[in-house]
Amino acid sequence: MSASTSIATLPSPPSFLRRYLFTTDHKTVGKQYFFLSLAAVLVGTVLSLLMRIHIVWPKAAIPFFGQIKPENYLALLTMHGTLMVFFVLSTVPQNGFGSYFLPLQLGAKEMAFPWVSMAGFWITMLSFLILIAAFFVPGGASLAGWTQYPPLSAIAASGPGQGRGTDLWLLSIGLFCLASVFSATNFIVTTLKHRTRGMKLMRMPLTCWTWFVAAILILLAFSVLLVATIMLLLDRNAGTSFFVPSGLLVGGAAVDHQGGSPLLWQHLFWFFGHPEVYIAILPGMGITSHLLSVFSRKPVFGYKAMVGATIAIGFLGFLVWGHHMFVSGMNPYAGFAFSTLTTAIAVPSAVKTFNWLGTIWHGRIRFTVPLLFSVGFVSLFITGGLTGPILAQPALDIYLHDTYFVVAHFHLIMAMAGLFAIFAATYFWFPKMFGRMMNQRLGVLHFWISFLGAYAIFMPMHLLGIAGHPRRYSELTGVQYVAVLAPLQTFVTVAAIITIASQFLFLANFFWSMFKGAPAGENPWQCTTLEWRLPSPTPRRGFGDEAPVVSHGPYEYSVPGAESDFLMQDAAPTP
Amino acid sequence: MAISKITQLQNYSITKSKMALALLLSLLLITTASVYLFAAHPWWLPAGVSLHAAAIDHQFLAALWLLGALFIAAQFVLGLLILRSRFNRVAGVSRGSWPLEITWTVLITGLFFWFNISGDRLWSQIQMRQPEDNSVQVEVTGVQFQWYFRYPGNDGTLGHTNAQRFAKPEEGNPLGVDPNDPAGKDDIVSASLVVPVGHDIDLTLRANDVIHGLFIPAMRLKQDAVPGMSIHTHFRPLQIGTYEIACSQLCGMGHYRMRATARVVSEEEFKQWLKSQSKVY
Repeated sequence: MSASTSIATLPSPPSFLRRYLFTTDHKTVGKQYFFLSLAAVLVGTVLSLLMRIHIVWPKAAIPFFGQIKPENYLALLTMHGTLMVFFVLSTVPQNGFGSYFLPLQLGAKEMAFPWVSMAGFWITMLSFLILIAAFFVPGGASLAGWTQYPPLSAIAASGPGQGRGTDLWLLSIGLFCLASVFSATNFIVTTLKHRTRGMKLMRMPLTCWTWFVAAILILLAFSVLLVATIMLLLDRNAGTSFFVPSGLLVGGAAVDHQGGSPLLWQHLFWFFGHPEVYIAILPGMGITSHLLSVFSRKPVFGYKAMVGATIAIGFLGFLVWGHHMFVSGMNPYAGFAFSTLTTAIAVPSAVKTFNWLGTIWHGRIRFTVPLLFSVGFVSLFITGGLTGPILAQPALDIYLHDTYFVVAHFHLIMAMAGLFAIFAATYFWFPKMFGRMMNQRLGVLHFWISFLGAYAIFMPMHLLGIAGHPRRYSELTGVQYVAVLAPLQTFVTVAAIITIASQFLFLANFFWSMFKGAPAGENPWQCTTLEWRLPSPTPRRGFGDEAPVVSHGPYEYSVPGAESDFLMQDAAPTP
Repeated sequence: MAISKITQLQNYSITKSKMALALLLSLLLITTASVYLFAAHPWWLPAGVSLHAAAIDHQFLAALWLLGALFIAAQFVLGLLILRSRFNRVAGVSRGSWPLEITWTVLITGLFFWFNISGDRLWSQIQMRQPEDNSVQVEVTGVQFQWYFRYPGNDGTLGHTNAQRFAKPEEGNPLGVDPNDPAGKDDIVSASLVVPVGHDIDLTLRANDVIHGLFIPAMRLKQDAVPGMSIHTHFRPLQIGTYEIACSQLCGMGHYRMRATARVVSEEEFKQWLKSQSKVY
């Protein structure tokens, strides 16, 4: 320090508010998103537990909640779906881990638009609070499902929760769309413009590729949902009739709308809704590819094919929305087109699966907890994915649509596989985020119970659907052929209770390790990517002004002749 | 430092074998249990009694065989690769193989598209078909939380409806059949779907408040009823009996109990039934 620099001229350290709350630092924003998602998944899981208990033991009195009334069930269902799809699966893989690690893995100093990072988080937080508020307004939360089909969602008189509760849902999701689009812009520009020297696109870790493609999907899909939610809010509050036709009678009272089409909502919603499931799973696929490579000590098998498959999935994901609408009243000829395109998207998904297997093949596997969850991801992705080609056929979908078969399918591939990728990423990046290791034994136990539990819950659920059990039934007593399926429902509930209870292992491990875990050191996993160059936990300045210079690809493991079995991306270039 | 690292590595390779074996065994357990569940199927499809049921069921079973085989193979390969890895002292260095990529891409594309196209044929058979001339016309209307089935009566024409103006459920006119329309005078409104065996039944689906879904599992029939639309679907029942109808599209609080009954009867009984039903007006 030169003699001319005195204490008075040094910048003062940022206040608590600026450091931890209103911060533009992408790493802190990433953590903020992570903890918001954690809150959302806890609420969403409790809701699903209440749902499962109500279906099989309708008279049970829950501590603090009392008896779950039939009208509550559909509100629980709606909020469960909304919280999990938006605030968990569309938040933590992308905005949680992506905000934190995209700039680091690219060797960038910061995101392209740091203020947008902050704005995105706080709008998402506001959106979350508005959604939760729906439980507490007169009529309670909406009962129309996370899909909110009008006219049910458009006419306040059509059920409890369809008044204020639905308006709040729409406001919340509209804000979420806005935040997502902001954040996606940030990700895209950062990836295209802020890679460090030597970080060619084809040297990016696959996590960066999936964050990038998911961001493009978010930009295009969420903007459509934003428009749809505004249109529905207008139908509900401003006298428009985008989605409501004339002549309706609800609760004995005439509905004063005309000229609208309920199918228009479905087209708009699913045009968003299908890319949405790829937004939810692509980062998970990226982290799986990444971790299978790290812990097999082998390059990703078919890196270029993986990039191609990622782009193909992203592109095709926009062309298949009608497979949610085969029996909706849509022109049956459209069924052919959507069915064929849906089959097409199975191909890059299969290619990815083969490449994951290829990555493990001949690997020297390190059985860490992140590796276990990545293997679990591959298994669950295969299982959930393979029922896709069944549902893609309209002739079969006639029977299976809106039954528990569909519920089993998307829970396996989105909820379970997606969740396993989130767990893998958490156990993997925890050392970098908090400077400590999570406990390995607890992690292994958490994996085993969750893996077997996931299958125990959702495999039998296929049979419920095959037997014709429709979705979203709050009681089993209304239809005779459904009532006889109660034993199967009970099995699913018991499996769910055990699996959910085991998640306390994760929570305990997580919070205890934050303060008492073994110190991690800079690169405990011996991984090649740039974030492992920095100290753990990552200092606020990140790379600062010393941008790394990249000479190697992201998966240089077990390079023949090298002195160790991994080569950092910014290691000296090999002659 | 160096000593503890060696111990770490030793501990590591001891548990490595156990973990690899555990993963393979658990994958085998999951695969076996799943296959057994689907094979023994303690709960399964109800007997299919419509003309298309057999073809749909056949396609579904073919799907289960094909995808079941892929499921078993994939999980097994996953477990095996992990187990074999415990023998590897140094990892392989293959970064990929374009011949392999192309081969498996072509194979999976062929397999999935072949299978999908066979399903297309079935969809075409079911949907792209005009109803027979002597098909029985029934209009199905879903309201919260009740199904109504309207038959045109002897004039073969359904009367106009206007639910907002004329619906009086307590007076036996829940659908709002226009009292001034002569065609509606002989309409029959029933809470059950009664149909003659062996005839094409041409359904026109409507809804008066929110979207409902007509689901008759035994007939392998499902079609949403959308307000503002008149949607046609059809089926041909092949067996006399009573079959449940459920609502398959979330329509509000009573969604779970919006049930009805489809009664398939002989032609004579059907004619008797029509005669015996009271008319709307």
